[in-house]
Amino acid sequence: MTTALKRYGLGVLAIAVSIIVFIIPLLFMVLTAVKDRKEAAKLDFAWPTNFQFVENFTAVLSARKFMLVTAFINSTILTVVSVTILVILAAMVAWVLQRRKSRWNGVANFLILSGLIIPPAIVPTIWVLQGMGLFKTLPGLILIEVAFGLSFCVMLFRAFIASIPKELDEAAVIDGCGPVRLFFRVIFPLLRSVIVTVIVVQSVHIFNDFQNPLYFLPGDANATVQLTLFNFQSQFTTNYNLLFMNILLITVPPFIMYLFFNRQIVAGMTAGAVKG
Amino acid sequence: MTLNTAPTATAVRQVPQVTNPKRRKGKSAYPYWFYLPAAVIYTALFLVPTVVSFFFSLTRWNLNEFTFIGLDNFVQFFQEPALIKGLTNTFIYGIVTSVLKVVLGMLLAVLLTSQIIARGYLRSVMFFPVLLSSIGVGIVFTALMDPRNGMINEGLAAIGIQGPAWLTDPAWALLSVALVDVWKGVGLATVIYIAGIVSIPQEYFEAAKMDGASSFKSFFNITLPLARPATATVIILSLIGGLRSFDLIWAMTKGGPGFTSDVIASVIYKQYQAGFYGLSTAGNVVLFLIVTAIVLPLSMFLNRKEVEQ
Repeated sequence: MTTALKRYGLGVLAIAVSIIVFIIPLLFMVLTAVKDRKEAAKLDFAWPTNFQFVENFTAVLSARKFMLVTAFINSTILTVVSVTILVILAAMVAWVLQRRKSRWNGVANFLILSGLIIPPAIVPTIWVLQGMGLFKTLPGLILIEVAFGLSFCVMLFRAFIASIPKELDEAAVIDGCGPVRLFFRVIFPLLRSVIVTVIVVQSVHIFNDFQNPLYFLPGDANATVQLTLFNFQSQFTTNYNLLFMNILLITVPPFIMYLFFNRQIVAGMTAGAVKG
Repeated sequence: MTLNTAPTATAVRQVPQVTNPKRRKGKSAYPYWFYLPAAVIYTALFLVPTVVSFFFSLTRWNLNEFTFIGLDNFVQFFQEPALIKGLTNTFIYGIVTSVLKVVLGMLLAVLLTSQIIARGYLRSVMFFPVLLSSIGVGIVFTALMDPRNGMINEGLAAIGIQGPAWLTDPAWALLSVALVDVWKGVGLATVIYIAGIVSIPQEYFEAAKMDGASSFKSFFNITLPLARPATATVIILSLIGGLRSFDLIWAMTKGGPGFTSDVIASVIYKQYQAGFYGLSTAGNVVLFLIVTAIVLPLSMFLNRKEVEQ
């Protein structure tokens, strides 16, 4: 009797609170995005009297010479390329680090930990990028995302590689496999599940990144999706509907990721966290 | 002679720890050059900037030329009220967010591992904000927290509470942003705690129940101590995130009203925008020192205790 009461009572209470705290803000965002300008400005939680999904959608896309479209392209390139580089380089490092015990391990572990804790020094990084001729370029930002994401990815990979038996490497070596072939043909395919985790977690992270594009890739032509929001924020002060439509659009990719890879995301974030 | 001893020396050093796979022509199957590409990128874009930041924080600087001015930037950092405010706010923000995430995350995790209905729904809905962009969340909540028309104050008014002016009230601005940060991040803390609680053997709870322990008692004497690794993780993670936090503050208040909600990260950006690169870098150095001075000892303390148990 009391357990049933607890089970349902607490459950219903929790659902009610979750609706108020989590669902309503999200619903508010969606509703405001499809309202017309006047209704959106009221900032209330009312059902829109006339739906303007298509109008708002096209208005946001075409604003500032289709800046959002450019931004989506930029963000996609940024995310795909940096995550690809991250996966390959981090897996290579993690593999050697986990397998070959040497005096470098201490140094490497220290550097990985530093990468997780130390906030990047902004202006000196710009100085370095400028010296390399990569400041305000997409390749520059890609390398930045790689540099800042390496520590986390190496940690995830290393934990997983520890569970792959060493005998496998030895067998391959006896069969005449060189290091490159051993890694890319034997080990890399075995990392599939952790690669999926790394890809999902890092792409959401990089797609949502605001601070690094703000510093290292300024300028309208190069805007990433998070920056369009920031640029529109000042321009659209009276057009909440368009601003919220923009938010809605850039929320779609992470949402799709979440629908399909819910478990990998949670696993990646908690696994990485527990080791940190 | 020397040619012969060198390889055996390395072999001897490595053998006790691991048995290396058969080497061909003395080459390891795990070549060091695998480190190289990652090491180059990491060194050039993370290590070098971090190291040179200590030097450039002592200069007046415009990226091309610099004049050495000693500790002037730091003196300015600790004298100007706007900058000191940023410093104290960073501590407040970091502590408030991580305390709330620990407490709420723990409670929610206990709730979500107990026998209540709709656990799957509750977990998903709570975790989803973690994946939203900070800027988007910031803008949505700026609208919700509008002092006059915002839904939060209208909701509070409906139950007879006069809500504060949130982001426009100097006393509330920083706290408001911190609360939104908690809203966005509590799902991650909860998920970490759930992982921690699930790993506690169920027998402990059963034994405690047999001995007549109340659920309060088993929470304080079983769950809390045994979920300690999770607590350590949540504290460390949210402190690292909270002390460095920039996105949400910039999206919601830009450090305002005045500079009452500035944190070091937003000061760094403002000084950068104003062209004071030396001062901005000094801010980076201060942030670096604060984060390491807090996080390193804390993580050592939390992890040592964990080993002793």
